[in-house]
Amino acid sequence: MSPSDEQHWGQTRTLMFIMMGLWAFFSFFIHMFVTSLNSIVIAGFPLGFYMAAQGSLIAFVVMLFWFARAQDKIDRDHGVAEDE
Amino acid sequence: MATKTSGGDDFTSNLGRIYGIYTGGFVAFVLFIALLEKLGVPNNILGYLFVFFTIAVYAFIGIISRTMQVSEYYVAGRKVPALYNGMATGADWMSGASFVGMAGSLFLLGYDGLAFVLGWTGGYVLVAVLVAPFLRKFGAYTVPDFLSARYGGNLARFIGVIVLLCCSFTYVVAQIYATGIIASRFLGMSFELAVFVGLAGILVCSMLGGMRAVTWTQVAQYIVLIIAYLVPVVLLSAKKYGLPIPQLTYGQALQEIAALEQGFIKNGLAPATMKLHAAPFTSYTTGNYFALILCLMVGTASLPHVLMRYFTTPSVREARVSVAWSLLFIFLLYFTAPAYAAFSKLEVYSTLIGKNIGDLPAWVYSWGKINLVTICGKAAASADAVKAACGAVSGHAGILRWQDFGINTDVVVLSTPEIAGLPYVIAGLVAAGGLAAALSTADGLLLAIANALSHDIYYKMIDRHAPTARRLIVSRVLLVVVAILAAWTASTKPADILSMVSWAFSLAAAGLFPALVLGVWSKRVNATGAIAGMIAGFSVCIVYLVVTRYFPGFGVKTLGMTSLTNAAGAPLIPDMAKALAAPGAMDGWVLASHPLASKVGWMNMNNISSAIFGLPVGFIVTYVVSLMTPAPSVEMQRFLDEVRKPRGQTLMEEKTA
Repeated sequence: MSPSDEQHWGQTRTLMFIMMGLWAFFSFFIHMFVTSLNSIVIAGFPLGFYMAAQGSLIAFVVMLFWFARAQDKIDRDHGVAEDE
Repeated sequence: MATKTSGGDDFTSNLGRIYGIYTGGFVAFVLFIALLEKLGVPNNILGYLFVFFTIAVYAFIGIISRTMQVSEYYVAGRKVPALYNGMATGADWMSGASFVGMAGSLFLLGYDGLAFVLGWTGGYVLVAVLVAPFLRKFGAYTVPDFLSARYGGNLARFIGVIVLLCCSFTYVVAQIYATGIIASRFLGMSFELAVFVGLAGILVCSMLGGMRAVTWTQVAQYIVLIIAYLVPVVLLSAKKYGLPIPQLTYGQALQEIAALEQGFIKNGLAPATMKLHAAPFTSYTTGNYFALILCLMVGTASLPHVLMRYFTTPSVREARVSVAWSLLFIFLLYFTAPAYAAFSKLEVYSTLIGKNIGDLPAWVYSWGKINLVTICGKAAASADAVKAACGAVSGHAGILRWQDFGINTDVVVLSTPEIAGLPYVIAGLVAAGGLAAALSTADGLLLAIANALSHDIYYKMIDRHAPTARRLIVSRVLLVVVAILAAWTASTKPADILSMVSWAFSLAAAGLFPALVLGVWSKRVNATGAIAGMIAGFSVCIVYLVVTRYFPGFGVKTLGMTSLTNAAGAPLIPDMAKALAAPGAMDGWVLASHPLASKVGWMNMNNISSAIFGLPVGFIVTYVVSLMTPAPSVEMQRFLDEVRKPRGQTLMEEKTA
């Protein structure tokens, strides 16, 4: 593996760990506090309920579009992106 | 690579226009049916028009997309743009049960039901980051293809096929069953006939054109299903709250529900222990709630019929973007489902509970007739039936209490048009949407099964020199055989198979996820480790499922299982010694009604989350056995370097001519 390739994989892996961290946060961590979050009510939604019904889902969608761009930038920077 | 097909590129460069016209045509068709309704055409004719028109359109797409090329048949020529692959994945993913039953589950389970909403969306993060782009770069036709290339040969491939068959076949039976239910409920067709009409609808889409035809029909089916899902609840929200955005307005409904719940408890209309809609962990223990989310997510990232959709994009980059689009399209339905549940619950709480059992609204009886709504434990077929049922309950004052009311999960979505006072055309639209959801998922699953049998078993393991024409014929014959077998199984209404569908996620997770993820992210994991890991993870998972469900007594006696508890921590079987001593306690292959079935387990884990054991076992065995055996060859490590870089040709070139 060339040094550039190694760097490419290193950054790819870092991005992977960031994504997994965010994923764990929105999938599990935030919902552990559902009872206390439910005491905050916004537009009728108890916040703990809202996070499981919509909040985390929106986060997942945004995360994936961001991830696709971030990974593509890593690929381009190291010259391993596909031709358009 | 794929040679160009006549008209193929014309088609792909005009997708926006074609599907734009299609959507407009569909809307015009719905308006036309609405007009017919105004003119007094009877409802069942309108229902038939809906079902046959939509199926005819899918069949038309299926037939014009027919192909005799291997790469078109297996991966749609790898030229499906990210956005459209996202729509196709959305239809592929959202089953008949998601469409019809999800909102109902949220109605019954309240907050705890959101485990499904989270689990079936968050899994796409794993798909995008850990698995799909690398499989696309590798250039497989099927998931077992990748296992075989990475783990040196046909043993890994064969195990992959076994796991795939176990999780996909029960799933496809459930889809065909769902088409039968929807068609029989809306058209009054007999269930058995409806199943075979559904079968025909599935086969015309997939048989001639394989992945290519399935892709373009799934896009069309997504458009129908999302319109059908959103329209009734948007109209209901506009009517009730003056704002056609149900996802925002159901916050008010949640507040009203909470106020009504408190009132019920105060007035003795519900026990103090009633499930509050927004209260967490009333159906599942906290541990089970999170375990279920994990198993559904990891299962999503391992189910072959989902992963294979990302083999069809033109590039690795588009595969990643496509996962994001998929999730957006899936999100549109899943973030609306809780709104359905809330509106429906508010309707039930405000117009039924606390009212005299003599004046229930008409929709109760129309669903009660087919046993989907029960009052005082009996089907609410008519006012007299309700009176008789409640009269038999000692001390019943004739006022409907919370605990008297029972509802099938399918009713919530199906009854919303009626509850909202919308014309029949909307109910027909919902039926067409439910059919689209069930047919599209069945198509994807059927293709996953038939491709595994024809490509992995027949071509790769039995006849490596089979000419292209024969491979495609074998594929089609297998597709038809599997489809008929599935339809036949569905027509027997197999309760067991239907309840096994939720197992598919755990089986796929435990059997495939460690091998797929470590296969990309670790250079140290080798064939011996992966094969051992797949067998170990999958076995632990299936043993847990089968023992807890079918051999519970045996599980307690010899495998150290104990009684599960309810959400409050009380054991489901308070006196295990007595339960085991009861006659029949040690029987095998017990029915779901057996007192111990699915009520025992390890660490208080429901069997729906059995991957919580299989998954770690799979990872640990894969890794430890790999460390004890020699590292993969230098060629394999170089191969992995290539899989990790988007640039360059796919690594597995198939002869396509």
